[in-house]
Amino acid sequence: MSLFLLLILPFAASVVTALLPTRARTMLAGTTGAVCAVLAVWVISLFPRIQDGGVLRESIPWVPSLGLELVLRVDGLAWMFAVVVTVIGALVCLYARYYMSPNDPIARFYSLFLAFMGAMLGVVLSGNLLQLVVFWELTSLVSFLLIGYWHHRVDAQRGARMALIVTGSGGLCLLAGVILLGQIVGSFDLDQVLASGERIRAHALYPVMLVLVLLGAFTKSAQFPFHFWLPRAMAAPTPVSAYLHSATMVKAGVFLMARFWPVLSGTELWFWLVGGVGATTLLLGAYAAMFQHDLKRVLAYSTISHLGLITLLFGLNSPLAAVAGVFHIMNHATFKASLFMAAGIVDHETGTRDIRRLNGLFAAMPRTGVLALVATAAMAGVPLLNGFLSKEMFFAETVFLSSHPGVELVLPVLATLASMFAVVYSLRFGYDIFFGEPSTELPRVPEEPPLWMRVPVMFLVLVCLVVGIVPGISIGPSLAAAAVPVVGGDLPAYSLVLWHGVTPPLVMSLIAVISGIVAYRWLRAQHVRGRLQDTPVVSRFNGRILFEGALVAATRMARAIVRMTSTQRLQPQLFVVILTALGLALLAARGLPLGWGDRERLAASHEFVLLWIIGMVCAVGAAATAKYHRLVAITLMGGAGLCTCLTFAWFSAPDLALTQLVVEVVTTTLFLLGLRWLPMRHQDMTVRIAGRDHLRRGRDLLLALLAGSGLATLSFALLTRPAPNSISPFFLDRALPEGGGSNVVNVMLVDFRALDTLGEITVLGAVALTVYALLRRFRPPPESVSRPRQQRAVSSQTETDLLPPRHDQDAGGYLLVPAMISRMLLPAALVVAAHFFLRGHNQPGGGFVAGLTIAISLLLLYVVSGTRWVEARTELKLARWIAIGLLLGAGTGMGAILLGYPFLTSHTAHLTLPLVGEIHFPSATFFDLGVMVVVVGATLLILTSIAHQSIRSHRPVAQARQEAD
Amino acid sequence: MEFLLAIAIGVLGGSGVWLVLRPRTFQVVMGLALLSYAVNLFIFSIGSLVINRPPLVVPGQPADLAHYTDPMPQSLVLTAIVIGFATTALFLVVLLAARGLSGTDHVDGDVDP
Repeated sequence: MSLFLLLILPFAASVVTALLPTRARTMLAGTTGAVCAVLAVWVISLFPRIQDGGVLRESIPWVPSLGLELVLRVDGLAWMFAVVVTVIGALVCLYARYYMSPNDPIARFYSLFLAFMGAMLGVVLSGNLLQLVVFWELTSLVSFLLIGYWHHRVDAQRGARMALIVTGSGGLCLLAGVILLGQIVGSFDLDQVLASGERIRAHALYPVMLVLVLLGAFTKSAQFPFHFWLPRAMAAPTPVSAYLHSATMVKAGVFLMARFWPVLSGTELWFWLVGGVGATTLLLGAYAAMFQHDLKRVLAYSTISHLGLITLLFGLNSPLAAVAGVFHIMNHATFKASLFMAAGIVDHETGTRDIRRLNGLFAAMPRTGVLALVATAAMAGVPLLNGFLSKEMFFAETVFLSSHPGVELVLPVLATLASMFAVVYSLRFGYDIFFGEPSTELPRVPEEPPLWMRVPVMFLVLVCLVVGIVPGISIGPSLAAAAVPVVGGDLPAYSLVLWHGVTPPLVMSLIAVISGIVAYRWLRAQHVRGRLQDTPVVSRFNGRILFEGALVAATRMARAIVRMTSTQRLQPQLFVVILTALGLALLAARGLPLGWGDRERLAASHEFVLLWIIGMVCAVGAAATAKYHRLVAITLMGGAGLCTCLTFAWFSAPDLALTQLVVEVVTTTLFLLGLRWLPMRHQDMTVRIAGRDHLRRGRDLLLALLAGSGLATLSFALLTRPAPNSISPFFLDRALPEGGGSNVVNVMLVDFRALDTLGEITVLGAVALTVYALLRRFRPPPESVSRPRQQRAVSSQTETDLLPPRHDQDAGGYLLVPAMISRMLLPAALVVAAHFFLRGHNQPGGGFVAGLTIAISLLLLYVVSGTRWVEARTELKLARWIAIGLLLGAGTGMGAILLGYPFLTSHTAHLTLPLVGEIHFPSATFFDLGVMVVVVGATLLILTSIAHQSIRSHRPVAQARQEAD
Repeated sequence: MEFLLAIAIGVLGGSGVWLVLRPRTFQVVMGLALLSYAVNLFIFSIGSLVINRPPLVVPGQPADLAHYTDPMPQSLVLTAIVIGFATTALFLVVLLAARGLSGTDHVDGDVDP
């Protein structure tokens, strides 16, 4: 089966689990576990095909012209990682079923867990570098969500954010490095990269590229100085730590080093960078781990140390060390995952993870105790366990390394020291909590956990033992297969046996164990006396403080820049926008011939001059009165709108004129409805305007004059210069034969540019829904809620026409005659609308005009008879109109796809009907119908939403408030 | 005609700009409406001014710009008119909501002096 299926399965399962009931623990764990198990079996079954250095490869062309492919590639190393990811994934999944509380939203956990597994598989199986980086960043993202799973906890928020920032920025460095690498090689294909080691190492950009790639690897694998995020990430649920922070995510960094080992290693720079960082991390992590009191933090620092060890091994530039590194990756994953689970069990059963409070748990939980102790011994590197073997290989490397004399001397000492530290913290983890006087003041009485919670730990501990006792049979073939791609072909000679005789490494181990026990006893004595509670020396200055300092500084700087360069005030913003537009226009005009063209002009008629004198007076008047005389301003603006409308009609644009007319009606209604909620404003002649305001007005006036004259000049130049070649003859030519209509504008809207129109009605619907949503929570200002002064002056008992009708029965009242007329008008208006709609394709009209006409005729009913009266009689369900219209429009377009044409292709049927004669019936009519329905729904939804504010219940509340005042 | 229309566009646009720069929300909305008239007329006028030749195809007449006015700016402006209504409505409601929340109709939410 395709490898791509292997990759898609976890993501698909992630979506499915997200949809399952959120607290169905067993069902979720079952589903997830089944997926993990299938993946694990599948991956393991691939072994025979990659055993002898074979490589499985599948690719899907994506953008072939750019050489972009999706490539999946399985070799020994990828296989080994995939096994770790899937098998430990399955175990953690089982464990989490018992660890997570029934109150946690488990569906989210398992969904993210599966997504993480998919991302991790993507990293290890990618055969294309860019693809690898994408999955790499995906692991960072999902791990952010997983660490922050308990998002109500502050430590989880901070830990998740820190992990994301550190690993995410590392990922960006990696992207830059990979792009450089791709440039050097000339391809992003992994196979080609792996084949060009010589060229890469000799290239001038090698150092830059190496540093960038290593930044990615070091941040992910928590190497010094980026290690600080890992202890903070312990705020994650323990199953997450067991999976991400022992076996998978943090291993991505060392995976990267192993992946590129054949092409990037072998240089001095690699040795000092990777070896140096690895050695520092190894020592520092182990040192800090000794002084932790939280079980999970001990494990976190120990993980940092072990990752440092692996990094160091890869840094030594020796094939044998690289094999040891690969071996230690496997071993560490097994014992560390089991230890995290054990720590989780202790936490789960006792309610605390503080080593100082936990004592003598062995009596209460002997089975867990045995498992934890064996795993701890593996971590410390005790013989008969897997940790011992890879540690011995490491020791042997440090002893037999031929390098600089100083390094040859220091490295064995450093290795022994780190190993001693490891013994100390292992004893603290294992011995401290399980032996000694049983503690009595625990939050919970400790007892054995459910069997199935222990089973994953048992399995992993068993692996530790089997590998530790019979390494050759159990792990030998897998290790060989995994190490071949890393060392690049030929495996160095190594022997996987328990007993090599009395060798320097064994002596070093003995020294480490004995001195470790002594150091542990001393440290414990100090702890009992209350000393050495914090990590000496290094606790004061560490990466975390630097990181947080940098974060604060970055935030401050960003704020300062925003303060300096930006404002939240609208007026200066608009001023700058308009000024910039003006400036750009002037800049664009620079160097162009300025002057009028000599195109044939139309002689001005008196009527037109008069029309625009009125229009300009209206415009200026509206501008002048908008502050204190809003009703006047609305009226004047309507006047300017009508002049515009007449201009359209004048110059052969009947469709525009019709549309402008009906839009003018609804816009005016809109403004009138809005007036009610604006504060009263009276011109106060006594207030003197300050000089600054004068200055600002002068400035604004100048800008307005400049913009206006600029616009005038520009349009005059456009109108008088010769017109360039237009594409319009195409539309004129094709409208009737291909669009099936003689009204070219309408044919363009519903046929040639139908996609545009579809977008437009979508915007219209979205705006209407936004208006509706905004007004649902509308809080009117108190002074707008009460009735106007004039109405309040009249007693509500008086029979008067001054008050609006309060019941829908008296909808008649003084408006009886207009109400009757408007009701009689409705059918007539609907007929007019239908007329506009039906003839729209051939004569002026169409969906927009028809829709607005319907909306206006209904609006008239609202205005005259009142909202309550109308809504007592009809339920319009306007949101549904919008939905139906959009579906109709999109559905017409989809119909074309079904028939094998591009989206929104229209077809015209030419029918001959009795009496009527031949008619054209284009499919665009349905589209136009959709437009009409959306326009009706959207317009009425907007206007009625505002209208409803007047009859909402906030009136009595506000009234009561006012009366109380 | 051309000159007059150009002046009209300039006056509409200038009034719109002036209003847009004012401090009261209602003025800004009115300004946007005026600006949209100016811009619509401007785009429309790109197609040149033609009298009595609407873009309604008459069979038998050659389909070129000598016999019909340019339909392209018209179809663009038709879209713009309707969208203009929608945005004006949206602005108006946003400003009404802002007025309800901030207690003032100043564009920056400043309390009146």
